[in-house]
Amino acid sequence: MAVLESSIDPRSPAFEDNRRHHRALAADLRELAARVSLGGDERSRQRHVSRGKLLPRDRVQGLLDRGSPFLEIGQLAGHELYDDVIPAAGLIAGIGRVAGTECVVLANDATVKGGTYYPITVKKHLRAQEIALENGLPCVYLVDSGGAFLPMQAGVFPDKEHFGRIFYNQANLSAAGIPQIAVVMGSCTAGGAYVPAMCDQAIIVQNQGTIFLGGPPLVKAATGEVVDAEALGGGDVHSRRSGVTDYLAADDEHALALAREAIAAAPIRYRAAVSSADVVDPRYPAEELYGVLPTDTRTPYDVREVIARLVDDSDLHEFKALYGDTLVCGFARIFGVPVGILANNGILFSESALKGAHFVQLADRRGVPLLFLQNITGFMVGQKVENAGIAKDGAKMVTAVACARVPKFTVVIGGSFGAGNYAMCGRAYGARMLWTWPNARVSVMGGEQAAHVLATVRRDGMAARGEEWPQTEQDAFMDEIRTQYESEGHPYFASARLWDDGVLDPVDTRRVLGLALTVATREPETNDGRFGIFRM
Amino acid sequence: MFDSLLVANRGEIAVRVLRTAKRLGIRTIAVHSDADADALHVQLADEAIDIGPPPATESYLNREALLRAVRASGVKAVHPGYGFLSENADFAAAVVQQGVVFVGPPAEAIRSMGSKIEAKRLAAAAGAPVVPGYAGDDQSAETLAREAARIGYPVLVKASMGGGGRGMRVVAQAEDLAGALEGAKREAMAAFADDALLLERYLAAPKHIEIQILADATGRTLSLFERDCSVQRRHQKVIEEAPAPTVDDATRQAMGEAAVAAARAVGYVGAGTVEFVVEDGAFYFLEMNTRLQVEHPVTEAILGLDLVEWQLRIAAGERLAFGEEELAVTGHAVEARLYAESPRTTTRGEVNFLPSTGELRRVSFPGGVRVDTGVRTGSRVTAHYDPLLAKVIAHGDDRPQAIAMLRAALRDTELAGVEHNVPWLLRVLDQPAFVAGTYTTGTVGEAGAELLPEVDALDTAIAAAAVILAAEAAEAAGAAGESGPWAPDGYQVNLPHVQTVRFRRARERIGLRVVCEGGDYHVTGSEGDVHLGGASLVDGLFEARVEGAGIRARITIADAEVFVMRAGATERLTLVEPDAGAFDRVAEASGQIVAPMPGQIVSVNVAEGDQVRADQVLVVLEAMKMEHQVRAPSPGKVTALLCASGDRVVEGAELVNVATS
Repeated sequence: MAVLESSIDPRSPAFEDNRRHHRALAADLRELAARVSLGGDERSRQRHVSRGKLLPRDRVQGLLDRGSPFLEIGQLAGHELYDDVIPAAGLIAGIGRVAGTECVVLANDATVKGGTYYPITVKKHLRAQEIALENGLPCVYLVDSGGAFLPMQAGVFPDKEHFGRIFYNQANLSAAGIPQIAVVMGSCTAGGAYVPAMCDQAIIVQNQGTIFLGGPPLVKAATGEVVDAEALGGGDVHSRRSGVTDYLAADDEHALALAREAIAAAPIRYRAAVSSADVVDPRYPAEELYGVLPTDTRTPYDVREVIARLVDDSDLHEFKALYGDTLVCGFARIFGVPVGILANNGILFSESALKGAHFVQLADRRGVPLLFLQNITGFMVGQKVENAGIAKDGAKMVTAVACARVPKFTVVIGGSFGAGNYAMCGRAYGARMLWTWPNARVSVMGGEQAAHVLATVRRDGMAARGEEWPQTEQDAFMDEIRTQYESEGHPYFASARLWDDGVLDPVDTRRVLGLALTVATREPETNDGRFGIFRM
Repeated sequence: MFDSLLVANRGEIAVRVLRTAKRLGIRTIAVHSDADADALHVQLADEAIDIGPPPATESYLNREALLRAVRASGVKAVHPGYGFLSENADFAAAVVQQGVVFVGPPAEAIRSMGSKIEAKRLAAAAGAPVVPGYAGDDQSAETLAREAARIGYPVLVKASMGGGGRGMRVVAQAEDLAGALEGAKREAMAAFADDALLLERYLAAPKHIEIQILADATGRTLSLFERDCSVQRRHQKVIEEAPAPTVDDATRQAMGEAAVAAARAVGYVGAGTVEFVVEDGAFYFLEMNTRLQVEHPVTEAILGLDLVEWQLRIAAGERLAFGEEELAVTGHAVEARLYAESPRTTTRGEVNFLPSTGELRRVSFPGGVRVDTGVRTGSRVTAHYDPLLAKVIAHGDDRPQAIAMLRAALRDTELAGVEHNVPWLLRVLDQPAFVAGTYTTGTVGEAGAELLPEVDALDTAIAAAAVILAAEAAEAAGAAGESGPWAPDGYQVNLPHVQTVRFRRARERIGLRVVCEGGDYHVTGSEGDVHLGGASLVDGLFEARVEGAGIRARITIADAEVFVMRAGATERLTLVEPDAGAFDRVAEASGQIVAPMPGQIVSVNVAEGDQVRADQVLVVLEAMKMEHQVRAPSPGKVTALLCASGDRVVEGAELVNVATS
């Protein structure tokens, strides 16, 4: 192994400029996260609390072990996505420890539109379940939701990856031996009723949780029967008569304690965890990442400066350092967990792609998880490289990445454009988790290139028709394209749509990778049961 | 001077006597029960002898065991301390019989003063004023009733041999006398094996003033001035001071003379105390304690004397080297007794002081004051002995200064592991009547619950922050817990670290949400929100800023117990994990009790209007050749009976309505 030597001067003006720029981005992110974490507006929150209910984030806290980290998933989902403001898509999701076991926790936020499911809420729910399945994590659903957001039913209900998939997943997670626990802390109406009903074990809060396929207004409309919510589907009804729930709790805290017991009682066998006995911190402080990153994604810098601030002891066993040097490959450890790192250090050429393909196979065959650090404007273009078959070399790397079965993790630390996104394990390539940094930009190509390409196409078309395109109009056209790409390439825009699992403050990256890697590398021995647990 | 001394006692007084003996170069022997094998007094002595099992009756009150220890050690003298056998004339005589010096008065003097009836007679004969009363041998109900009428109500009934309030009754009117006599006799017999009673005028709110006496074998008997011991709760002294703030020179002189006369009347030798009650300027002889008093240090402070040294010198046959005219009072001294007890309000609204036991997790006293104690960190306070932990004695130039010094010392005292009365003492010191010096034996009793400390949200917040800081420190030291990414530090993505700390205080659950940003801890809980700025925990010292002001507290964390010691008070919390079992059972559904299956009613065991317990059998139903008991799901009242014996019922038929209570 070789310890990376940093050549950054933390006292240089450039470092200071970078630092100021990236700290401001991180501060903006934290400010946004703080706003999101409040949930619904003051009035909704007060109404919620006045009913003796805990706020959803307090519920998550009440479930987790004392001090357990909470690796939130999709914190910015739904951000400026609809006319309605739906912080965290009205559904808090993440990984935390419950009774010593890492679990995926999903908590509806009833202070946000009654906890109803917008299309992005469904997407987030499914993403969290996917993470649970891939990592073998028990799921705890803290349910308090009015079900589908009816005005957008077409975007919620019918498709493959819509509401029904939640229950499909529950059944199959259960079948795989991954515990599914529901805590009914509010409404579970209509489709929502199936969340507890499909769970292995369900807990309900007395005089607070309700489960029914049709609520009192619907019952009245359908059959004329007048019945109150508690008698229709309250905690006593479901715990004593219907058998829809298995445990009756006095209040939120009691219910959460019962859920902890349910997890504690579920024997979850893990494969031997990677020993993290002698973890050595990186030799350079993470805070220096702010000063390492240039203020413009187009400015080149040595990505080893980033790696040196992420990996144990800043130690990287580099592979093929002298070949295809626009892609840095090598083995390192993060909190003791071995990783194979692929990090862009310029445009991808054929050689870099071949090197990447080789390295991915190497890590995959050895069972070493992969970490992609994306900062890629794309593959090289031009006659020479096309003639040399860069497309087939790129395809080799894409194939290797697509088929690697070891856990893959991706952090977009700069640009993520074009086919580079694919080769570097973009969202479509099955990364266990994928994060972006606040300075990242994700789009099919850079805004500048897109503006030029589109302008050229248009100008050529107009010229063919003998039309004139005044320069001012051209400039305005290109500005518009640039603005669109800037806005759509922004990490908040991407995260709002769950193209990633979250935007990370660069200084937190090592910690978050550590959380995700430890979870991914000690998958439980799932059993091959054929069915999920039937509720009887 | 004899060359060796056995101290027949334990706790702070044993320690205190041993220190003087050691200073005088005397070989010291401690005795201890099995429970005290590692006690401070045992460590301090040159030798230690185990005298028996923990119960005092089998050890410190066991004359035979003590005499065996005296023989075995070959000591030349025995100091009895106070309490236990210190006022037991037989023990004193037995010691002397072995040719060993008893550091105390002659057995006869102990015997005379030990009987309250005889003591009073002797004192009165010696010219000391006594409270109007009856101390006759005729203990018949008629005589006692007649005497009570003569003395005038309210009348106090006391056990003749008594002490410590046992066998004591205040009788407000004649009708209540007979019952009070009966109860007092019973208690007296049980406690002292003697049911002789005495009667005296009950003084509602007197002062308790006592005179310290020192007499040598030549008959030279000196008054060492007075102490005011009127801060009492349930006849138990808690704060004492010297000189007494309300006693003028003339009274002081008169009381001293009366005390000396009483001591002379019994041929007293050594240190003793003559107790008086004082009301409306008049003083009355109460009793004489033929031993060193708990509160003797305040006299030592103002006179610059070591009373134990003089006890030993006199016992060794030395003469008093000074006269009363050579004694000069310097400044003012106040003593507070720190007890392992928990002052709290009973359901009837009274304040009681339940002894508290346990291992002392921290014991720390400040400098600048005298502290007499028999405990230290690690000591165990058991139910076998007196719960006195320590005495803190402040000596100032004047009374306000002494009180200020005592207050400061109590605020800097750190005690963890048992409940204690320091906050209560601090409140007593702030009472207007105490500040003015006009307090009486009734003052703290009247104040009642006003003197009880209140829960402070700041302490719970400090406890929560300290738990987190301690865990961080342990992790940083690699000492405990998990390090690495899953270290339990409350990490959240893009948000401040947050932790929920759960405590139990007695039976109460307390959940606190702590948001940590840098060194700031924002604590939210049901007792209020507290922001602790720049919090740190170094060597158990917690420091932070609260609303701009610096605060500090001592933290001790032992197992799951967290102690926050601040300004003399100790908040004790138990760290808990959420536990479903700790929650109350969910409320049972009230209402209709229905037939679990079709069948025939065999019997109906309740009637409308009956109160029923949970699980009480209401109805017996026969079905499938089996009898099924239909039980009440929860306590309640039967509001309707909907079936009768012999009825055939279908499944789900309503049988009984019970309204849950």
